[in-house]
Amino acid sequence: MPRMNEKVSYWMLVVPALAIMVIFYIVPVLGIWKIAFTEPETGLTNFVAMAGSNAVKTSFVITFRVAAITTIGCLFLGYIVAYAISNYSSRLTPLMVALVILPFWVSVLIRSFSWIVLLGRSGIVNDALKGAGLIESPLRLMHNELGVLIAMIHVMLPFAILPMLTNMRGISGAYVLAARSLGAGEWTAFRQVYFPQTMPGVMSGALLVFVLSLGFFVTPALLGGGRVLMISEYITYQIQEFLNWGLGSALSVGLLVATALVLLIAARFVNLRAALLERK
Amino acid sequence: MMPRSTFQIFFQTGAWVVIAFLVLPLLVVLPISFTDTSYIGLPKHGLSIQHYVNYFTDAAWLGATWTSIWIGLVVATCATVLGTAFAIGCWFLSDRASSIARWVLITPILVPPVVQSLGFYRFWVVLGLIDTNMGVILAHTLLALPYVSISVFAALTNLDRNIPRAARSLGASVLQTVWAVVVPAAKPGIATGFIFAFIVSFDEIVGVLFITVRRVSTLPKMIWEGIQDNIDPTIAAVATVLVVITLAATAIGVMRKK
Repeated sequence: MPRMNEKVSYWMLVVPALAIMVIFYIVPVLGIWKIAFTEPETGLTNFVAMAGSNAVKTSFVITFRVAAITTIGCLFLGYIVAYAISNYSSRLTPLMVALVILPFWVSVLIRSFSWIVLLGRSGIVNDALKGAGLIESPLRLMHNELGVLIAMIHVMLPFAILPMLTNMRGISGAYVLAARSLGAGEWTAFRQVYFPQTMPGVMSGALLVFVLSLGFFVTPALLGGGRVLMISEYITYQIQEFLNWGLGSALSVGLLVATALVLLIAARFVNLRAALLERK
Repeated sequence: MMPRSTFQIFFQTGAWVVIAFLVLPLLVVLPISFTDTSYIGLPKHGLSIQHYVNYFTDAAWLGATWTSIWIGLVVATCATVLGTAFAIGCWFLSDRASSIARWVLITPILVPPVVQSLGFYRFWVVLGLIDTNMGVILAHTLLALPYVSISVFAALTNLDRNIPRAARSLGASVLQTVWAVVVPAAKPGIATGFIFAFIVSFDEIVGVLFITVRRVSTLPKMIWEGIQDNIDPTIAAVATVLVVITLAATAIGVMRKK
């Protein structure tokens, strides 16, 4: 136990960052709550408008649907990669890890731009399909939910892979070996012995991807072409097009509350500390 | 080579397919950037470097690139200093209060970018920071702090608490102990934190869209506006430059590990 005056000197190290965060970040974000309840008038007007609007309802449904499908897609694809990396070690394993981390360093903006180039009306995919004589007129691959989902899964995939990888690397191979030697087939041993042990990693990955997807803006805005209005884009519409700060802020509060609820529910299944605070 | 079961084939081949899905889309900007057309598309009659020439001679693109680089470096420095001190203080304290402080510091990871940007906008108006470099630096430092704090703290988990204790009992002051014992141990985490902080700032777009108007332009903002208005292949040239730098850095990293 550090002595009292010693504790003070440790707090001196903590306080600058903490103070800046509280004053310039926490206070402004709380300010959004205040706007939601006070502009244009004090009361619940904005929330009443929000609850009564079908457009808002649709936007929330789209947001949760896109986030959910993205999460499932990332978990499925990511599991395969994480499994292969942690169970079949070869000369190529370090390369695989590097390639998983690589997209992290390329900005979301550029990755979304790449998907526009690929999926557009006269994009590479459509041109290739037409060149091969497989289609007559271009397919609609973006400016719809499909395009948003493809690009979102691409952007979020590393967030799903890394927690699963950390988890799988800590799993001893002895259990699967034991199951196999007792006569279980490869798939049975995987399903009944290996898979349950990977649940903590799967859950942390799911939480990260879902929470980040809920509030995502760049990719849905670029690939959705205004037709897949997730809440974040809906908020910017309200504020930039209609200067409706009241409704925009109320929607922000709604999004924050939704995120907080997801975290609260997740806390029952996931070790939030390990998933967020002590991320490797 | 052992005969492989469907199970192994599924996971081994599957993993490479997924990795191809992750990496190949990053490379499509390469052929596009050499197009001889004035719109986004594959080269028609031959390769052309006109879009690179445009990028490297256009004052707006170069100015934005330079702004992003220097702001990124300032942000990385500020966030690394503040975040390292923070993480070290919390590591020493390791009590309930410091644990809460660590949760407070990572909120920017959890709050949706648009929501925090609204907050920044309103507060920056009050502070007179709209459309200033200072405003961008402050916002980016806040967004980068969680990453520095997490990576420095992670580096410290392996440090034996008895070592700083020994330094203290031999008469070193708290500051001397931090500087001579803890900081060296945290170095890998500090370096990672610095790089993370730079990247966070260099790639940040939503905040910049809200808190800058005309005077301040960063590279992501130029790319964003380029995609919105007219899709100009210069974006592909810029993207290629950035992707190639990233690939080279990753390759060097892999080599050094080997």
